[in-house]
Amino acid sequence: MKKWTELVPGAVVLEAGSSARFKTGSWRTFRPVWLQENCIQCLMCWLYCPDMAVKVVDGKMTGFDYDYCKGCGVCAKECPGKQGKKAIVMEPEGK
Amino acid sequence: MGKVVAVTGNEAVANALRQADPDVCSLYPITPQTDIVQRFSSFVANGQVQTELLNAESEHSAMSAAIGAAAGGGRVITATSSQGLALMWEMLHIASGMNLPIIMPLVNRALSAPLNIHGDHSDGMGARDTGWIQLWSENAQEAYDNTIMSFRIGEHTDIRLPIMVCMDGFIVSHSIARMEYLEDDEVKKFIGPYQKVNPLLDLEHPKSFGPLILTDLYHEYKRLQHEIMGRVKNVVLQVSDEFGKLSGRKYGLFESYRLEDAEIALVILNSAAGTSKDVVDELRDKGIKAGLLKPRLFRPFPYVEVGQALKHLKAVCVMDRADSFGGYGPMFMEISSAMYQADGEGRKPKLINKIYGLGGRDYMPHDARKVLLELNEIAKGAPVGAVKEYIGVRE
Repeated sequence: MKKWTELVPGAVVLEAGSSARFKTGSWRTFRPVWLQENCIQCLMCWLYCPDMAVKVVDGKMTGFDYDYCKGCGVCAKECPGKQGKKAIVMEPEGK
Repeated sequence: MGKVVAVTGNEAVANALRQADPDVCSLYPITPQTDIVQRFSSFVANGQVQTELLNAESEHSAMSAAIGAAAGGGRVITATSSQGLALMWEMLHIASGMNLPIIMPLVNRALSAPLNIHGDHSDGMGARDTGWIQLWSENAQEAYDNTIMSFRIGEHTDIRLPIMVCMDGFIVSHSIARMEYLEDDEVKKFIGPYQKVNPLLDLEHPKSFGPLILTDLYHEYKRLQHEIMGRVKNVVLQVSDEFGKLSGRKYGLFESYRLEDAEIALVILNSAAGTSKDVVDELRDKGIKAGLLKPRLFRPFPYVEVGQALKHLKAVCVMDRADSFGGYGPMFMEISSAMYQADGEGRKPKLINKIYGLGGRDYMPHDARKVLLELNEIAKGAPVGAVKEYIGVRE
């Protein structure tokens, strides 16, 4: 840990992207589960996720990054699904 | 050379801000400060400054905008009084914690309730622990000079701290007095161009302000803040010395008035110090060895220097234009601390505390005379009665 003499005044973080080192997945009590068969690839989950925890490869939703997902449930709430069936559902972590 | 004028304290301060030509001014009007930002708005409208003016919807927003603009990398000003400062409270700590050198004239006014618009020091004293530097000013000249110096002090790369320049509401802010302006180019040269430190608006070097710092490092950051505050005194002395060479007006950490050979003295801030100096002269003519100490830098407080300046006295009255209800007056607490630590060689002055002038109640020469004569009796061995007492109050 740093000593006070090693700190930047004003607590300014001079390095970009350092939040990648701060994993927040352990905060989760509910986890989003992706049901690929109901996914229409609208990417609303990716758009709404506040933690960039929706993994998109070549423009396609491929699942979640559980190192950072806090389990807020916004993706599941926003997911339009297919014919009334959600492509993202929240499940208790303990289950 | 300077130009001699007759102006109000607000006009003087507004002109100091005009001469500084800051990048951003976020504002919200409040009596008795309104006059400053109103005049400054005219300077913007008339093209006399290049400042971006931002009318906020409250003082909380005005200070928030000032913080954003300062973090962005601009030279930033705002101004306030009383309830306005109280509403800023949350953001004051953020400005200092982020080391943002925001310049803010504070036209001192009483706090509600009951509602009162007149001058006392309750607002500034309430912001004592916010991590801001505070300079206090006796008159329009000092408020003008302190405002100019505040840019150099707050923006100094050793400290980078927000700074309040205090002057008495109405008594100074709205009274016309003789004073001297410096030339625009002299001020511009003295203040110099703004030096950015870690600006947020720098795409080549992305950075974050305001991170969450918990038990692992918060204590260390506060230790750093304490360290930086400790450097302020030297910066103030250095800038004041340089300003003295430019203006011919000398400023230190506080003003000592006939204190060296004095036996009794008042410690008193701002405009009431002027009234008191006249009475000190009057008592000196009668053979009473009176003196006065007028603090200028209240945060950080120069305990050692003040202790040295007062330790030879027999009796001192600390005059407070604010009360800490249930405690002594805020200035008294500082002076008591300074005296307890001072090396008095076994002899220290008797200390008393008078609360005066709340809500703009007049402080007259007879008030100063009465207190000094009481001190004179204490110096001769009379017992100290109540340590803290209200004066100028109907009993």
